[in-house]
Amino acid sequence: MSLTTAPPRKPSLLRTITSSLNLTLGLFIIVVFFGGALISLVWTPFDVASLDIPNKLKAPGLPHLMGTDHFGRDVFSMILVGARTSIAVAVVAVGIGMGLGVPLGLAAAVRPGSFMDELIMRGNDLVFAFPALLIAIMITAVFGPGAVNAILAIGIFNIPVFARLSRGAALSLWTRDFVLSARVAGKGAVRISYEHILPNILNLLIVQGTIQFSLGILAEAGLSYVGLGAQPPIPSWGRMLAESQTMISFAPHLALFPGLAIVFTVLGLNLMGDGLRDILDPKIRRER
Amino acid sequence: MLRYSLKRFLSLLISLLVASIVIFVVIEIVPGDPATYMLGINAQEDTIAALREELGLNASKLERYWNWLSGMMVGDFGTSYTYRSPVNELIGDRIWVSLPLALIALTLSTAIAFPIGIIAASRRGSVTDMSVMGATQLGVAIPNFWFAMILVLIFAINLRWFASGGFPGWDEGVFAGLKALTLPAIALALPQASILARVMRTSLLDTLSEDFVRTARAKGLSKAKALRRHALRNALIPVLTIIGLQFSFMLAGAIIIENVFYLPGLGRLIFQSISQRDLIVVESVVMLLVFAVVLVNFFVDLTYALVDPRLRGRQ
Repeated sequence: MSLTTAPPRKPSLLRTITSSLNLTLGLFIIVVFFGGALISLVWTPFDVASLDIPNKLKAPGLPHLMGTDHFGRDVFSMILVGARTSIAVAVVAVGIGMGLGVPLGLAAAVRPGSFMDELIMRGNDLVFAFPALLIAIMITAVFGPGAVNAILAIGIFNIPVFARLSRGAALSLWTRDFVLSARVAGKGAVRISYEHILPNILNLLIVQGTIQFSLGILAEAGLSYVGLGAQPPIPSWGRMLAESQTMISFAPHLALFPGLAIVFTVLGLNLMGDGLRDILDPKIRRER
Repeated sequence: MLRYSLKRFLSLLISLLVASIVIFVVIEIVPGDPATYMLGINAQEDTIAALREELGLNASKLERYWNWLSGMMVGDFGTSYTYRSPVNELIGDRIWVSLPLALIALTLSTAIAFPIGIIAASRRGSVTDMSVMGATQLGVAIPNFWFAMILVLIFAINLRWFASGGFPGWDEGVFAGLKALTLPAIALALPQASILARVMRTSLLDTLSEDFVRTARAKGLSKAKALRRHALRNALIPVLTIIGLQFSFMLAGAIIIENVFYLPGLGRLIFQSISQRDLIVVESVVMLLVFAVVLVNFFVDLTYALVDPRLRGRQ
């Protein structure tokens, strides 16, 4: 930590352009995928539930943009519908992580070093010792595989992430003058956390939420790939990849497109997260 | 340092104890009787009762937990319900696939990430830096199992440099074993290397802007020397945290990657056990993996204290 605070550096032109480029590109990708997922609710180019064996394993072209799978189902339509599963699982998992993690983190920050703080932080460490996949494995061993269990596993994994983040950010806020005056005014810890701390860490939470969202998409794909996630007939990108594996030598398009869908979605979310961080958090705008 | 290590060791033991309770409680909720499951629904009542006795299922929950825990401490993980062989034998055979895989991947990821991160940080804002950031941004977004499939497509199916899967066993020679683990290790390592390179770059940029680096430069040290002697060591702390975290990702990731390459590792064992409801195996493998994660984090904490003496005083 330097003794004198450096004068705020003006963001370079290059920096400004790349950060807005990140955000624009990220937003564009996300809008495309969310749009696709939404449209698939009412319309897909082909019905993903009906089999069309005579047209199986068609290479990409017309009318099947991304070809067909071993049952003759349109890969493009399946990717559109699969986007729904990915988005739904990741959104709910981030919701669980934020909904439980943020209050825990805020509560821990009220009196650092107190019993409550210790309990919450040690609990965090414990959950951190279980990678999301292990949580999923245990849940699946007990309740059987399924999308809901994937959501739970990823959600539980998200809790300590948000708890740590909000505790860390809240700790420094509790020493600030405006919180002090709120205490003098007689506000309780819960009210201060809600009215003064939370709004000030919201930016951080949004950025972290975007990152966890993209990690959630990756985790969901991984879980579905090993058969612990969404079960047939719910289309999911991870399972499409698992099914394509034995056919990769003669139908590589089956592995290519779902994988690219995952890569682009995650890339879009990460770019958006970077762009958002640059805009929402001027403090770190200079470096990264 | 000793005091700090002891303190950390104590919290390691507590973590493991609590983790073992959590795992045991979660897995024990499972409805159904393993003995009935093993013998099938047509088995005689007394046969089932005998097997329950043999597996120690008649003991109270607390006793069973204690048997499991105390057994693990001396390397006895119980008997698999389906394989009918000791779980530690099952694990012993397979850990020599999963552990080398995770370690090779971790080494590979570090070896790739360090130079890339350092170059990007020292040439901040340059075309090199921008392309490193672009490439790593993409690397972070690629799921490792998909990357593994692409590697198989290119290097096994098209170029035929590697087998597309399977493991010959270490008896066939170290080279054959390493060859079989090469593609899986690359698939595991590259996405993690992207993360690590970014962390390395950011952390180094942070320290490069510190006063002590400026002092070192003012003293007349060249940029490269100041970076090597002063900035790098200080930049390592966040990097070490990530390496520690990555080891657990590697182990968990190895479980998925083993599926792509049909490697007979812990991952295959755990998935087979789940589908056969061989819960004692699931229980023990999960505990073993958690143990590995906690142990690695313990060593990371000790390394911190070695790298940064200030941390020893804290806590």
